Amino acid sequence: MADVMNIQGHVRLGSNAGQSMTRRDGVLKVTGRATYAADNRPEGVLHAVTATAGIARGRVTHLDTAAAEAHPGVVKVYTPANRPDLAVSPDEKIHGFAWRTEALQDDTVRYAGQPIALVVAETLEAATEGSHLLAPRYDADTPRIGLDGGVPFQPETISIGRPPSLEVGDIDAARTGAARHFETVIETPAQYHNALEPHAITAQWTGDRLEIDTPNQAIGLAKQSFAAYLGVNPAHILIRSPFLGGGFGSKAILFGAQLLVALAAKDLDRPIKLALRRDQMYGPVGHRPATRQTLKLDVDTRGHIAALEHHTIAVASSFDDFIENASNASHSVYATTALRTTHAGIRADTGTPGPMRAPGEATGSAALEVAIDDAAYALGFDPLEFRLRNYAETDPATGMQFSSKALRECYAQAAEAFGWQDRPLEPGSMKQGRLLKGWGMGTAQFPCPMFQAAAHATLRADGSAVVETSAADMGQGAWTSLAQIAADGLGIDIDRLEFRSGQSNLPDAGVAGGSGHTATAGTALFNAGADTIRQLAELALNDPASPLFGADNAGVTARGGRLYRNDDDTRSEAYEDILARAGLDLLRGEGKGAREGEPERAMFSHGGVFAEVLVDPDLGQVRVSRLIGAFAAGRIVNPHLARSQLLGGMIWGIGFALQEEAIHDVRTGRFTNADLAGYHIPVNADVPMIEALTVHEDDPFVNSLGIKGVGELGVTGTVGAIANAVWHATGIRPKRFPIHPESLI
Amino acid sequence: MNLFEYTRAETLDAAMSAATEDGAILAGGTNLLDLMKIGVVNPTRLIDITRLPLHDIEEHDGGLRIGAMVRNADLARHPVILSRFPAVAEALLSGASAQLRNAASTGGNIMQQTRCSYFQDPLSPCNRREPGSGCAAIGGETRNHAVLGWTEACIATHPSDLCVALAAYDAVVEITGPDGLREVPMESFHPLPDANGTGPAPLQSGEIITHIRLPDSGGMARNARYVKLRERTSFAFAIVSAAAALEIQDGRIVQARLALGGVAARPWRARTAEKALADQSPTEEAFARAADLALEGAAPSGDNRAKITLARRIAIRALTRAAAGTPDRLPALPASVFEGDCNG
Repeated sequence: MADVMNIQGHVRLGSNAGQSMTRRDGVLKVTGRATYAADNRPEGVLHAVTATAGIARGRVTHLDTAAAEAHPGVVKVYTPANRPDLAVSPDEKIHGFAWRTEALQDDTVRYAGQPIALVVAETLEAATEGSHLLAPRYDADTPRIGLDGGVPFQPETISIGRPPSLEVGDIDAARTGAARHFETVIETPAQYHNALEPHAITAQWTGDRLEIDTPNQAIGLAKQSFAAYLGVNPAHILIRSPFLGGGFGSKAILFGAQLLVALAAKDLDRPIKLALRRDQMYGPVGHRPATRQTLKLDVDTRGHIAALEHHTIAVASSFDDFIENASNASHSVYATTALRTTHAGIRADTGTPGPMRAPGEATGSAALEVAIDDAAYALGFDPLEFRLRNYAETDPATGMQFSSKALRECYAQAAEAFGWQDRPLEPGSMKQGRLLKGWGMGTAQFPCPMFQAAAHATLRADGSAVVETSAADMGQGAWTSLAQIAADGLGIDIDRLEFRSGQSNLPDAGVAGGSGHTATAGTALFNAGADTIRQLAELALNDPASPLFGADNAGVTARGGRLYRNDDDTRSEAYEDILARAGLDLLRGEGKGAREGEPERAMFSHGGVFAEVLVDPDLGQVRVSRLIGAFAAGRIVNPHLARSQLLGGMIWGIGFALQEEAIHDVRTGRFTNADLAGYHIPVNADVPMIEALTVHEDDPFVNSLGIKGVGELGVTGTVGAIANAVWHATGIRPKRFPIHPESLI
Repeated sequence: MNLFEYTRAETLDAAMSAATEDGAILAGGTNLLDLMKIGVVNPTRLIDITRLPLHDIEEHDGGLRIGAMVRNADLARHPVILSRFPAVAEALLSGASAQLRNAASTGGNIMQQTRCSYFQDPLSPCNRREPGSGCAAIGGETRNHAVLGWTEACIATHPSDLCVALAAYDAVVEITGPDGLREVPMESFHPLPDANGTGPAPLQSGEIITHIRLPDSGGMARNARYVKLRERTSFAFAIVSAAAALEIQDGRIVQARLALGGVAARPWRARTAEKALADQSPTEEAFARAADLALEGAAPSGDNRAKITLARRIAIRALTRAAAGTPDRLPALPASVFEGDCNG
């Protein structure tokens, strides 16, 4: 079997970026040769399994370590009584992106499923049975679970270091002048990370050097964190993370068991591997918390929003402060004279929430879009017409202009593709056979952050190149789209480019999160290539033997592995010839990707999502039968991969609207559905006719490449569109997600 | 997982003598191995019966005799199942996933355990798992729990789709044990709970299910359906389901069969409803009256009152579809509520 599939007819015209290339790692993945962290089997590896708490609040009073250690194959059991020390307490937040975590620091139980011991054994089976044999006993307190079971508090910050509230304009004055007042209360459930690849780590020491294989979305940051908590020189740590089987925010943050595995590997002087079971992901690796959101809209007689309030109560943990910033989703979507958003927290005995694909935006957009739809109907407006009436020409939260905003075009293209113009205003007016049919829409919006990234590019004597940056490919295809950008920075065909990534000893590409990875790491890679070409051009232009000699003011362009005079295409020279004459084997450039200074424009990706649902009127079952979105996200580096990202987000929206929900037993705090049989996400048969269109958008402000992001955009808008379609079919306005059949009969 | 001894039985006698208290029969393993991994069952011996000669489907007096080891996927595509017992095919293909159906056996489907989350959580009291310990499901999350035949001792439901259709067709479970052969009707194979516990074990020590017998479906062959309500179109257990079969002659129902799933600790055969349908016209009104009778005595076991309404309505849907006739080809989404009304 050939290593690379030769796909005929895959001709590329022009540059690399903008081409619908398939994933460069696709063949490795579909043939099982891509090595994920848990696939590593170093010589002499031991297996670790955490024992987890069966209570949600209290203390562990006894662990039968003797029974566990007597089990054949068990090597050692770590508990708070004998675990090696960390250099820094795992309850210390060493940087803004650190979560308090459990590494056996004491006998306290803060949530059900919390690791309370680590069993290391010669086999996975022995470690697992050892963890059962510990048979913990507890001093248990009554757990505080859910929105109504916990203790309210006012957070100082929300999400990661953001202010919890915002007020723009005079709400009370705006309300006085408005004609109609609307109030909507919506609940969203706890959702837990279920990436296909569970979290895993393999750690091994050679002397004072530590090698770690673990899927991670930000390995530069992870290296710093491992180094700080373990008290190891960061230069002595190598993290490999070549493939992630999904991250979605849960693999951006370290959790205690990873630190314990590294400590135990040192203690036992053997490599150790740990892979979480599915149920063990329910707690220590973050989740999207339950929210109760209240929206208040005041609208004038012409259908303009005068006042918009969005208040969120979100469940947090008892020991850390991550608050789902759902209300912020109302900051920048619709025009309003006055805006007020607030957040409050509920302390509950659960693991700490964290980022989960479109954190805040997905949850808040779901509620906002339902509230907007409710007002539109009450005022007699078509939902799209109402949204256009309240189209934000400037950002309501900051007053700034948008860097670019092709939302109108998104609405128009998706609406046309969908056939929206035929939609009757009244709910319950469309049928298909026995079934009720409804059409709904929602606006998608997601910010365009940039983080910090660095990259190297090296041109080799044969005119090929290697680029290096520690980017994370979570399955989204980063290694393909980033390589496309890098190749264009170097002016070579992508087939001449070696792309090195996924290792912490490479220049730090920052976090693959916030839908900012392509923009950030891509800018660094492009700049590294451009820096290399600048040096190469300098060599050529100063070399009398070069056909480019003296082109100074005209300048040169790099294309297809040659430099061309801008004013005379017939005068060009191949990279390898320039290097050879200069006597160079290698030419190396560096680049950075970051946003300089405070942004002077509001920067968002946008979209319009239109959903059709069929509802069985007797049984309440909902089927999404059509889902069409059009999205504007700046320059699309790879249309094929961007479409997949957008579709993935929209499908996540189907799950959010109709299926996804982690259920606690409120008496014990334990989950009743912590597996893929019980925690439902869509299957193929739930995904209907679905399409994601992309709308052309040039953005001269967002970054030099004009790249926004598509990773999270598709979730926003979709949830509301489906809920609004359900209402249009049934006349029943969903009050909570997911929408169960029982609520529709 | 605890340490256990694994043996592959070469003969039925060997399997029977091994299938005592601390041993467990391993067929497809799709439920047993999961339960072992989460510590719900801890057998010290596994007796693998996959090599026993129980893989055949034989025609038998106009019906079928199905070996306990016949895989779900094979059974669903058997020509006689498709032509004369189509509700069995639909039930099978609406269950689990293609991968699981390739592994799961007919006997194992019957012997699978409830998916009550409290049964699956060894830390919760559960009379089914640990007699006398209580029932943690009561007062807990009860969306998947019983509305018929439950007691304070247990409110679990049996999760099988196949068993619902088998019960409707009067299937018989053939059991071989130390005392010889015995037969138990499918509809009463799974015990209902009593005031004190979950009832007697369906199999005694040393007993093994060898076959399932389906009697001749007679005039009901082309008027039989299975319908399943669930939020996810595949790989999800029924919220409620129903199997219905009708023999209709000259516009009158000669005989009717109706069984409900997801409502009780066993597939719930609705015999009163069936009797009431005899000699009636197959009308929506007649089906509605029958559905009322089927749900007679239903009561919520927690926050699940809506299931009574849903079960009633799915019974009507199954009967209505059965009356309309079995389609020549199985629908693309077997047992789906949406069949025929929407694409895909």
